[in-house]
Amino acid sequence: MASRMLVGSRKGLFILEPEKQGAWRIARQAFLGQPVSMVLHDPRDGALYAALNLGHFGAKLHRSDDSGASWTEVAVPAFPKVEGKDDAPSVGMVWALEAAGSDMPGVIWAGTMPAGLFRSTDKGATWTLNPAFEAIPSKPKWFGGGNDAPGLHSIAIHPTDSRRMVVGVSCGGAWGTEDAGASWAGAGKGMWAAYMPPEERDNPSIQDPHRIVRCRDHPETLWIQHHNAQFRSTDGAGEWSTISETFGFAVAAHPRDAKTAWFVPAQKDEMRIPADGDFCVLKTEDGGRSFRRITAGLPAAPCFDLVYRHALDVDGEGRDLAFGSTTGNLWASGDGGENWRVVSHHMPPIYCLKLLQ
Amino acid sequence: MPSVQFTAHLRKVAPTEPVTVAGATLRLALDEIFARHPQVRSYILDDQARLRKHVVIFVDGERVQGGSDLALNVSPDSQIYVLQALSGG
Repeated sequence: MASRMLVGSRKGLFILEPEKQGAWRIARQAFLGQPVSMVLHDPRDGALYAALNLGHFGAKLHRSDDSGASWTEVAVPAFPKVEGKDDAPSVGMVWALEAAGSDMPGVIWAGTMPAGLFRSTDKGATWTLNPAFEAIPSKPKWFGGGNDAPGLHSIAIHPTDSRRMVVGVSCGGAWGTEDAGASWAGAGKGMWAAYMPPEERDNPSIQDPHRIVRCRDHPETLWIQHHNAQFRSTDGAGEWSTISETFGFAVAAHPRDAKTAWFVPAQKDEMRIPADGDFCVLKTEDGGRSFRRITAGLPAAPCFDLVYRHALDVDGEGRDLAFGSTTGNLWASGDGGENWRVVSHHMPPIYCLKLLQ
Repeated sequence: MPSVQFTAHLRKVAPTEPVTVAGATLRLALDEIFARHPQVRSYILDDQARLRKHVVIFVDGERVQGGSDLALNVSPDSQIYVLQALSGG
């Protein structure tokens, strides 16, 4: 069962602890009033990281080595300075933070908007831009999805071989590495884009996977919530199969069961609210062949909550889940998402959420 | 010598009192501050050393907007204010 919940919101970071009977309470808070775009718990040393998206002063990164009691600002990923190029990029936001496994001690990865992949080997004291990812030939043609610039939002690291990762970019498709980022290959075969001219529909480089997640115990299985569909791969992102054409942002993979995943759908891209105001969680337990709409404990229509791509998580057992909305509502489940219970109706807009063991 | 004052919103990383610097341009004046207070640099400038979009600097009452390359000349008695632009929300 999850021991803590990290919630990054528009107005700060909240660390919640479970109480009896499935309730959660806010135990700690930090960065009040400041937008928190991403959070990370590194299980190897217990460090917590919080990325801030300060509208005036840029992206910042903080680390806590005492479970959130105190924080230190560390370095934030930054693009190298380029002379004579007016449009050279600057990191606007940290949108992914992941820790490598015990086979790669000390390594943490960050994804940014504009899209960049960065690595730190010293707990965030310094960051290095991944040159091979920057050199992907199609990268200059990637574009923003709902934002002005493409963003790297998912880094799905193989649980037992940290050299193998699948990263997702909106809109720049999915890319895989087998050598810890020394080289990259396209990992978008099978995705398709309803928002492109027909001849570009299957172009892997312009795909908009909103979120890519991996099954921990069956790491060849990954799931995508895409801009116009949901996809699943059972060969480590070699190929994706369409499992439905539902819009949404968030997806969580059952850590043990390769056939189970949860999605929180919305109506469609031009109408980013629950379909007909009807809020639900979609759960599949057969690899995406069928889905059940789960509404137990969730508000009846009309409900306009929207759940961002990083705002749904599942614990290491596949039993505790939680998700939060842009309307500041937070729900949790203790039974694999079959029944939900409200944690709060009064959070700030929620950007990201992690359940910790 | 020009004097630089930062918004109180930056009190955790920047001086809270006016600081006198020797710079003939805005960039040189700020570089001197950054040398003494390295952490504040990334709050004011982006990765390309451009003034951040939603940071505004006033030099003797004239506004220097985000994106500027900060080449503006400053005089020995210039008053420089580094503030949050309201455009940033």
